Amino acid sequence: MADPAIPIYQLKNVSRRFLQTTAVDGLSLDIKSGEILGIIGRSGAGKSTLIRCLNGLEQIDSGELYFEGTNVSHLAETQWAPYRQRIGMIFQHFNLLSSKRILENIALPLKLAGVAKEIRRQRALDLIELVGLSGKERHYPAELSGGQKQRVGIARALAASPKVLLSDEATSALDPETTQSILELLADINKRLNITIVLITHEMEVVQAIADRVVVLNKGKIVEEGEVKDIFASPQDDTTIAMLRLVTPQLPTAIVKQLKPQGDEAVIELNIAGQEARQPFLSQLEHDIGLVPRILHGGIETIQGEPVGRFFLALDSHDKPRLDKAVAWLTQKGRYCEVLGFVNNDSSQ
Amino acid sequence: MHFSFNYSLLLQTLPNAIIDTLIMTVSSAILAVIIGLPIAVVLYSTARGSLMPNVIINRCLSAIVDAVRAIPFIILAFYLLPVTRSVVGSGTGIKSVIFILTISAIPFYARMAEMSFRNIDEGLIEAIRAMGASRFQIICNVIIPESLASLVTGVTVMVIAIISATSLAGYLGGGGLGDMAIRFGYQRYIPEVMTMVIIVLVALNIAVQWCGDRMANKLNHSNR
Repeated sequence: MADPAIPIYQLKNVSRRFLQTTAVDGLSLDIKSGEILGIIGRSGAGKSTLIRCLNGLEQIDSGELYFEGTNVSHLAETQWAPYRQRIGMIFQHFNLLSSKRILENIALPLKLAGVAKEIRRQRALDLIELVGLSGKERHYPAELSGGQKQRVGIARALAASPKVLLSDEATSALDPETTQSILELLADINKRLNITIVLITHEMEVVQAIADRVVVLNKGKIVEEGEVKDIFASPQDDTTIAMLRLVTPQLPTAIVKQLKPQGDEAVIELNIAGQEARQPFLSQLEHDIGLVPRILHGGIETIQGEPVGRFFLALDSHDKPRLDKAVAWLTQKGRYCEVLGFVNNDSSQ
Repeated sequence: MHFSFNYSLLLQTLPNAIIDTLIMTVSSAILAVIIGLPIAVVLYSTARGSLMPNVIINRCLSAIVDAVRAIPFIILAFYLLPVTRSVVGSGTGIKSVIFILTISAIPFYARMAEMSFRNIDEGLIEAIRAMGASRFQIICNVIIPESLASLVTGVTVMVIAIISATSLAGYLGGGGLGDMAIRFGYQRYIPEVMTMVIIVLVALNIAVQWCGDRMANKLNHSNR
């Protein structure tokens, strides 16, 4: 859903330092209007600082930042106000006013902007319905569950009809099921209202679920960037690979322990995606090369509507030339193929 | 007899003493909050890393507030006697006592209120900044409403401290329960009067505490 016009955000060599550490280090990035961008990295990678630079909660020390084409790099706190009304933000710990009812919490951005009471009340009611909390208008935040509080946070962030929604680990404090429903809500908002979403997270599952593009941060620098399906299919950087380890199939440790430099069967790691992954490639391998692959572990996920597969296969290795042909065939079909080692027939599962 | 003499004396002086104490306490409490709360807002906002950091204002105001707080009430009363005389017109009497009580209570409450403000979650301030709020809007929409329950608790503590300070009001001719206890109970050696006053004071404190707690609970929506 990316609109090819001006990027909604342009960062050119942006840096932010704290005392001795450099949180954001000469970072350049374009954020396309209408996309869902995931920014992922470990704790301390600079993601929180980076997202706070996007609405002025953090000042940038050097570099240039453009929002909707306007240079906002050196604005004072008071000058940020008109831009902040076009940028909504949601937080890990929701940050709702405990002393105000849900309806007042949602209407707050409009109250700050000077909108009349009846108009903002109606808008808040519409938003309550949008996020699925009808009936809870007069409740206080303390009476709501975590997922409901985040829905209030989302409704509040949408109150002033922003162009962008910044999500600071918005699902990190929620259980997996609630996380899923919140992510679905965000994806729905992105499609229906064409609002750009920038989400920072340390969980790859979140990126996998709704993001279009992903940026991987390490120590304040971008180490990898691209469409989510490509990054998942063929990650290049060590940080990315490490972060993907938890959400992609890994060779079971029992088999890892049995790997030898020689043996009856070769254990092969294969990453395959796109059109090739839609084919019955295991059958095609048998047909073309004559070797029957056994699946040890793995499967295919659908990311951004595309199949992304990762498999660990066992192939008979007694006919060396045939095995080499099979590996070459797989390498050509997939994004990545590697012979990890060999196991003997009696010991593999 | 000795006992019946006390009884009629009690009936004459006790109600007035209670009223005097209440007048002194309520007047100085209200004035202390009206003056102390804005001071607390300034102390909070000008702190390092806060809404409008200003080292000079913060340090100067802190110095004044802490200095006055450090001086015990009765010493402050004597020390400020000339000031009291020029402002109120007299060095003794109920008005001058209210004046001194207020001066003494202002820094006390200012620091308590400031602490209430500090206890507000940083995340809330971030969230409202992210909505484009001005500093004034942050104070009115987040700082004050979110700390209301805590501010009320602060008032409760201050009022009880003021009631205790009013017992010294006797020396300044302000009247009140303390004055009664000292003059009749201590100086004239009628212990029943002292006991009576103590009972009334304890009841008063319990009532203030109970009211304060109830109001703080009503204002506190952060529990289910």
